[in-house]
Amino acid sequence: MRLTLCYLYASGMNIYGDRGNVLTLIQRCRWRGIDVQLIERGVGEHSPLHDVDLFIAGGGQDRDQIAVSRDLQDGTGAALIEAVENGAVLLAICGTYQLLGQYFRTSGGEVLPGIGMFDAWTVAGPRRFIGDVIVRARLEDREVELVGFENHSGQTFLGPGTRPLGQVLIGAGNNGTDGCEGAVYRNAFGSYLHGPLLPKNPDFADYLLRLALRHRYRDDVPLAPLDDRIELAARAAMIARIRQRGRVRSGVRA
Amino acid sequence: MTAEAHRDHTWPGQPPTNIDPRLGLAIAAGHLAGRLSRGLGRGGGTVLPGLVALRLDPGILAKLVRGLAEGVILVSGTNGKTTTSRALSSILRAAGRTTIHNRAGANLESGLVTALIDHTSPGGRTRGDIALFEVDEAILPRVTPVVQPRVIALTNLFRDQLDRYGEVDFVAGCWRATLADLSPTTTVVLNADDPAVAALGAQCRARVLYYGIEVPGQASRPGPIADSRLCPQCGRPLIYREVHYAHLGRYHCPGGDFSRPALTVAATAITLAGAEGSEIEVSGPFGTQHISLRLPGLYNVYNALAAITCALALDIPAAAIRDGLTAITAAFGRLERISVGDRTLFITLIKNPVGFTEVLRTILAGPSLRHLIVAINDNLADGTDVSWLWDAEVEALADRCASVIASGTRAGDMAVRLKYAGVPTERIHVEPEIERALDLGLTSLPPGETLYILPTYTAMLALRTIVARRGYSVPYWET
Repeated sequence: MRLTLCYLYASGMNIYGDRGNVLTLIQRCRWRGIDVQLIERGVGEHSPLHDVDLFIAGGGQDRDQIAVSRDLQDGTGAALIEAVENGAVLLAICGTYQLLGQYFRTSGGEVLPGIGMFDAWTVAGPRRFIGDVIVRARLEDREVELVGFENHSGQTFLGPGTRPLGQVLIGAGNNGTDGCEGAVYRNAFGSYLHGPLLPKNPDFADYLLRLALRHRYRDDVPLAPLDDRIELAARAAMIARIRQRGRVRSGVRA
Repeated sequence: MTAEAHRDHTWPGQPPTNIDPRLGLAIAAGHLAGRLSRGLGRGGGTVLPGLVALRLDPGILAKLVRGLAEGVILVSGTNGKTTTSRALSSILRAAGRTTIHNRAGANLESGLVTALIDHTSPGGRTRGDIALFEVDEAILPRVTPVVQPRVIALTNLFRDQLDRYGEVDFVAGCWRATLADLSPTTTVVLNADDPAVAALGAQCRARVLYYGIEVPGQASRPGPIADSRLCPQCGRPLIYREVHYAHLGRYHCPGGDFSRPALTVAATAITLAGAEGSEIEVSGPFGTQHISLRLPGLYNVYNALAAITCALALDIPAAAIRDGLTAITAAFGRLERISVGDRTLFITLIKNPVGFTEVLRTILAGPSLRHLIVAINDNLADGTDVSWLWDAEVEALADRCASVIASGTRAGDMAVRLKYAGVPTERIHVEPEIERALDLGLTSLPPGETLYILPTYTAMLALRTIVARRGYSVPYWET
């Protein structure tokens, strides 16, 4: 078996450890004997995307986000939409997630256009949401708790065409008001969760891999079970820690 | 700051004159807090006296530094603050200066004030020629206008505790504003090899001295998590001729808008000897000096260069620079070696991805398999977000450790990181409790071997308390 993964904007949108999502998907394939071809596509690059089963992108700084916004408008966004319409899988965290909606209005009032894959829009808020997050999400027929860390001032709101990834149990999520976290359209997932998201949530990682295999082979392919004791122990410890101490007020900034 | 004007006021030569009553009260309360804190054995008393004194006199910092004949030196940056200022302190000692220094690394205002009132008489006279402060990068903008430094050194800018400091462009913006306000009498010492730091010199009215490394790099492209890859003027990706680590190296903008500045002080030859230290050749206005550095790793070559360049800004003679650098040992918790019977503990602070990556590179020099403890806490002083573990190149450990114990409040996260880095799971042990992790590590360690311990900040404090209680070494505030 084989899968093609595409790490989008690796050199700029990578500041919160989101490359851990890529490492996790690659290792979980290797441990199962699934061949992985990893391609990267940065700003201004034109690596072909038609063979990609699973796209991954992370969060970055404002300057990089502006460059990514331009690149998405310049053909990459259209290619991503086409791939997702054909069943490809996509996981976009934080800064890239914001640009998959209709627009992002920055604190300076500038409007960065998005690609409208999600029926969503983002506006810079007056305060930054920083802290641990627990989300209850439904993955097909199963309900799971996802654990992560958010650090964003953009507030994202979903329109009727897009459903949230889950409901926040602890933390702010998309906007701190409606209890929603993330966005789902077909097999495309947006989320504010760093941590990174996939290492401590291996069931979500495997869900993405199952969808990617379905995209590649146009059929359900059974995924061999792995020994996830280390991952699940880390997740359980973190959920217990968050529940015990509550959300720590961080964000002591100059 | 005129040097001679204050020379004749050295305490305790003269009786106090017209002491500001608020200042007098703050000093007295600070002294009392220091004695109580030390008497009760509650830590080193490196912060509490300053907190008390600042509460009583918020203007105390400016008042106390005013009496220093040779002014104030500030050292800031993401990594290397403590070691750079320790190296400079050693140079100043060799040059015969009496230095007031927050050497235990308490680098907020409270730590600075504590160091000062430790050297201040009840009458308000501060005994010392010069103050040397390492300063937290987030409070640098606040402290700089208050103390009007004679020299300010910035070591590097990497992603670090993003939940606390914010993203690196944000920190760079704060520093830029701080340096723009400096008077021409200040000397700014900048790492030329870090484009984000070097760019700060361009709009500065102050005198700027640059240091850097002038030997072939380890790579020709910045690493996967390089933070400053883009030209600060035009935003185009910088072209590197050499990369030493992360985004440090020799670079230029393809459009000709920006390039590495000319070096005043340069390392022109470097021989790294693993965890033992390095032999370096340094060239500058003082000619070429050969220095045996007992601090390991390329990052400590940068720290030594920063200290040398500060010393140059202070007109310290070359002989004192060489003697001072030769005499230094590692700063508290920064590559510290402790004997436990016939075994050795090697403790190295880690706090951000670049530091973690470079520490691994340094301790893994040589062929043998290593025994390690990696202790990750997520208290406020460590950063509450441990995502950064995934930006460090932990893969270097994959086939290089005999055993590794993941410890601290986020032991579970560290264990996951080790697993995905390719460390065989049977070699990964999880023990959140640091004292138990230490015992586990020591009992499974063969005689004559070294246990490498990599703690985050609060895990290191906990470890030091355990180590001191067991009599393995002296408490840091007594060194």
